[in-house]
Amino acid sequence: MVMEVEKISGLKFHKKQDVAIVGAGMTTFKRRLNETGRELSYLAVKQALEEAGITIDNVEMVVMGSAPDTFDGFHMKGEYLLDGAGGSDRPYMRVFVGGGTGVFAPIAGYWHVASGLADICLVVCEEKMSSTHPHPQSAFKYIWDPILDRPLKPNLIWIFALEMRRYMHVHNIKHEDIALVSVKNKANALDHPCAQVAERITVEDVLNSEPMALPVRRLDVSPPSDGAAALIMVAPHIARQLTDNPVWVTGVGWALDTTWWTNRDLYFPRYVAEAAKMAYRQAHITDPRKEIDVAEPYDPFDYKELHHMEGLGLAKKGEAPILTREGVTQRDGDLPTCPSGGLLGVGNPISAAMGVKACELYWQLAYRAGKRQVAKEVTTGVCQAWGDLMQVGTVMVMSNKR
Amino acid sequence: MAVGKKDIECPPYAEGTPLSDADINDKKVTYVEDHPDIRYSWTAGQAISKFLNGLKEGKILGVKCNKCGRTMVPPRMFCELCYKPIDGWVELKDTGTVETFSISYIDPDARPLPEPVIVAVISIDGASPHMGIMHILGEIKPEDVYIGMKVKAVWKGEEEREGAITDIKYWKPLEG
Repeated sequence: MVMEVEKISGLKFHKKQDVAIVGAGMTTFKRRLNETGRELSYLAVKQALEEAGITIDNVEMVVMGSAPDTFDGFHMKGEYLLDGAGGSDRPYMRVFVGGGTGVFAPIAGYWHVASGLADICLVVCEEKMSSTHPHPQSAFKYIWDPILDRPLKPNLIWIFALEMRRYMHVHNIKHEDIALVSVKNKANALDHPCAQVAERITVEDVLNSEPMALPVRRLDVSPPSDGAAALIMVAPHIARQLTDNPVWVTGVGWALDTTWWTNRDLYFPRYVAEAAKMAYRQAHITDPRKEIDVAEPYDPFDYKELHHMEGLGLAKKGEAPILTREGVTQRDGDLPTCPSGGLLGVGNPISAAMGVKACELYWQLAYRAGKRQVAKEVTTGVCQAWGDLMQVGTVMVMSNKR
Repeated sequence: MAVGKKDIECPPYAEGTPLSDADINDKKVTYVEDHPDIRYSWTAGQAISKFLNGLKEGKILGVKCNKCGRTMVPPRMFCELCYKPIDGWVELKDTGTVETFSISYIDPDARPLPEPVIVAVISIDGASPHMGIMHILGEIKPEDVYIGMKVKAVWKGEEEREGAITDIKYWKPLEG
């Protein structure tokens, strides 16, 4: 007899306890930093502990997120980073789903606390891309299928260019409308103390920037960066001791689409939609467009913010460029999107992008984002990351109401 | 437990020591260099070996799943949707449709290319809709490529073919 099982089984998830975030931290994001990965991890953790008001002795378990070992040129990267992440002599694990790691690592931290295995879990993400010469792109060569793809001498940007073109074609979207995302996020980043490429630019600057793999031009892309970020996730009885205003994780979701990426229609990120469905069901969100107050979708490319807004159900298919043009996604708009400045403005140290996704969402909902604080009153927000061979969606919903 | 800093703007400070290219090139910072040299030989496996041997004979091979009804390329030994063995092999045409494309000005190391390369996802005639492979377009100007364009494979000469994806030199517009 075949049991009827729903495709996304998020509602069957039974947690032992709720999960609150009480502190976060991040280093500056720059093209090249002198500090090692361990040292960067230490700096981010120190800041998160300070905000939470705890010491490393209070931390019971540690989750580490870091992307390809190829950047660093050695394996056992999780073990290498262990001491910097405060993970020695306690349960410690490393998780990795490429660019999706920046939200997947906090999801793994959530498992630790929600299950009751830990009451205080530290989540650390680190990336040092600058070690690879002549360019971090040289490491990305090794994500391609060695037999079918690599003989064609691909560059990583190709897959994004192919996806962007398909998205533009299906919805008849102009590059001008996509470039507005880059303009917005780089300007938002002017208010971020850690930003790498914050600047005031125009749509024309984007359209006239150097061609990389058309339609992708230089200013459509976030830069490679070094950096680290940290989050502290705790059980309700710990949160109560530490703060009057914790931010609660109300839903988590993740999904991967087939690795046969040339067999998918690239115009829509199904993997993000599946992950969002799982997270929204857990968070009891039925109409994300109305119920989400602030969003941090993953924006390594300007079109990806739009693509992911549609995957997250924050806009209808093909509607995200219209909302952007109308100013809805500005910091003072109805749906502030990437108020941090995102990867396009603050930088893209792969997994450490947690600092501008999960950490930023926490700071926005805790009203601690300073000059970046969105204009409207916020209760609920969503952050998301994406990676592997354009196939993983990782989604986390947070709320300052329990 | 102590109570942390609450009335703060986050992140409260930005730590880390930025370096420039010159700091490295002029050896102003302490660093070491290494050039790992690891060799690999990847077996192509059951399905892709057969696919590559087909290319050597000038044929594009796909596989069928009778449960979901899909004809798939690149071929695989199991249908990932139905999670069962495939039901047979079929020869596909060496024509197809451009699903999406890009004009690349950079090589795998992000160095500029002397001439741009046109890369495309091409859905293969005879396979199910959107069943594509990634390959290169040729004999066409970048500005003339469009989504939906019909293309045909340009093969290497029989004696040059070695059972590789590059046995197809590129795809050119299909006239008429």
